[in-house]
Amino acid sequence: MKSLFAFAGLSVACLVHAAPPTDAERTVGYYAANCFNCHGTEGKAVSAIPAIAGRDRQYLEETLKAFKAGTKSATIMHQLAKGYTDEELAALADYFSRRQ
Amino acid sequence: MTRFNEERRRLLQAFGASAALTGASLLPGQALAAGKPRKTLGRVVVIGAGFGGATAAKYLRKWSDGAIEVVLIERNAQFISCPTSNEVLAGNREYETLVHSYDGLKKHWGIKVVHAEVTAVDTDKRRVRTDKAGEFAYDRLVVSPGIDFRFADVAGYDAAAQQQILHAWKAGPQTLALRKQLLDLPDGGVYIQSIPKAPYRCPPGPYERVSQIAHYFKQHKPKSKILVLDANEQIISKGKLFKAVWDDDYKDLIEYRPNWNLNEVDAAGKTVISELGDRETGGVINLLPPQHAGKIAHDIGAVNANGRWVTVDWVSLESTAVRNVHVLGDATLSAPAMPKSGHMANQHGKAAAAAIVEILSGREARPVLMANTCYSLVDGRRAIHVDSVHRYDPEKKAPVPVAGSGGVSAAPSVEEGLFARAWAKNIWSDVLS
Repeated sequence: MKSLFAFAGLSVACLVHAAPPTDAERTVGYYAANCFNCHGTEGKAVSAIPAIAGRDRQYLEETLKAFKAGTKSATIMHQLAKGYTDEELAALADYFSRRQ
Repeated sequence: MTRFNEERRRLLQAFGASAALTGASLLPGQALAAGKPRKTLGRVVVIGAGFGGATAAKYLRKWSDGAIEVVLIERNAQFISCPTSNEVLAGNREYETLVHSYDGLKKHWGIKVVHAEVTAVDTDKRRVRTDKAGEFAYDRLVVSPGIDFRFADVAGYDAAAQQQILHAWKAGPQTLALRKQLLDLPDGGVYIQSIPKAPYRCPPGPYERVSQIAHYFKQHKPKSKILVLDANEQIISKGKLFKAVWDDDYKDLIEYRPNWNLNEVDAAGKTVISELGDRETGGVINLLPPQHAGKIAHDIGAVNANGRWVTVDWVSLESTAVRNVHVLGDATLSAPAMPKSGHMANQHGKAAAAAIVEILSGREARPVLMANTCYSLVDGRRAIHVDSVHRYDPEKKAPVPVAGSGGVSAAPSVEEGLFARAWAKNIWSDVLS
């Protein structure tokens, strides 16, 4: 994973919004796309499956972790959440909470 | 800590790197100065605009921020969805809902969509020739050809026989034609469903089809029967769930015969013959032929597994036989426990798009997770599912199901029926809009 930042360049501080995405940012974007099939591109569902874009980050994270732990029931998500690490679930919750 | 740095901290926790917050890597040619246009990263030609290819095209544009030019070549004018097409056979869905436009990919993503047939690919010079749209050079080629049928494996299944005995395993005119055959079948007639040995496209699909047609017969032709002739030794996906539905709801309608390997057809006699010489006759026969990777994969020399499938590097989806060519979806030699499904092809499309964006940006492609969800509608309202999460195993060099993850429904439910139809809407949108 160290190679992630092999191309490290300028300080983030002076780039802010103009900054191209970091390796980690691109990676979470790629992972998040797993969710788009059912929850819509960028989490904006167009049907009965719940939209997840713009939901509260903490709610999403706790819900995903509860699915993984088996303490919250679901049709699908209690099975899929078990495929992700806690850190990945937290990053995905964070990602979708920021979609508008 | 600012919100911005907070986001980066979370990402770093999840996706590694100890190099703190200095990771702004630059795309080649990307100008920091505002307003200066970015150079292109190259051109990708995608052959085949199904669930895999159309997804790859969209996400190449999205994740390169438009820096990769994408040409998408597709022979059909419209996208026709295989998923949910079994519902059309039973009268539980309108055919028109399967049909979707490619306009969204042009308008929203700036993809050049070319409706033509590919006639030749020069993988050395990296050029694709089409029948009516000229030639296209590429830096990377994505081939998502789906499956073709091995008609010759079934004796007697010649062009004339194929007109009478349908597969309807690629949604389109055959879907409507099989629907008409079912409507024309008299009450009391026999429907034969033949299923080839796995692997084939959509493992639960034949059993969903049987369930849908049983639902139709139960309502409209209660004296009719379904004879399932399965070359496999048992129902290969969601077996217990399908069995339970068939026992509970369609008990006297369905007869299931495992290990029935169809070898020959007599189209005039509406008869199928097994490798052991058993014969069965039906009013409607639906024959799912053995399958292999779509023709273009063979033409470019990418088929290197059993003469049927394409072996790929599971990080980049690049063919192990042909450089700079990425092969997606049903055409691939499946990774362990990975189904040939539209959902999976969409995931392949995203994985390949991510890899190609990284490679054309001068970086190394890295593995991503893949997940699958397959719903099957078992009547007019209820569905069941199977799902899985696949994580790349560096030792096996393949994605493998994450231990403890994935599974199937506890039982058919109306809620899953609603989700199944919602899934279709969402994935069509994710692939095409």
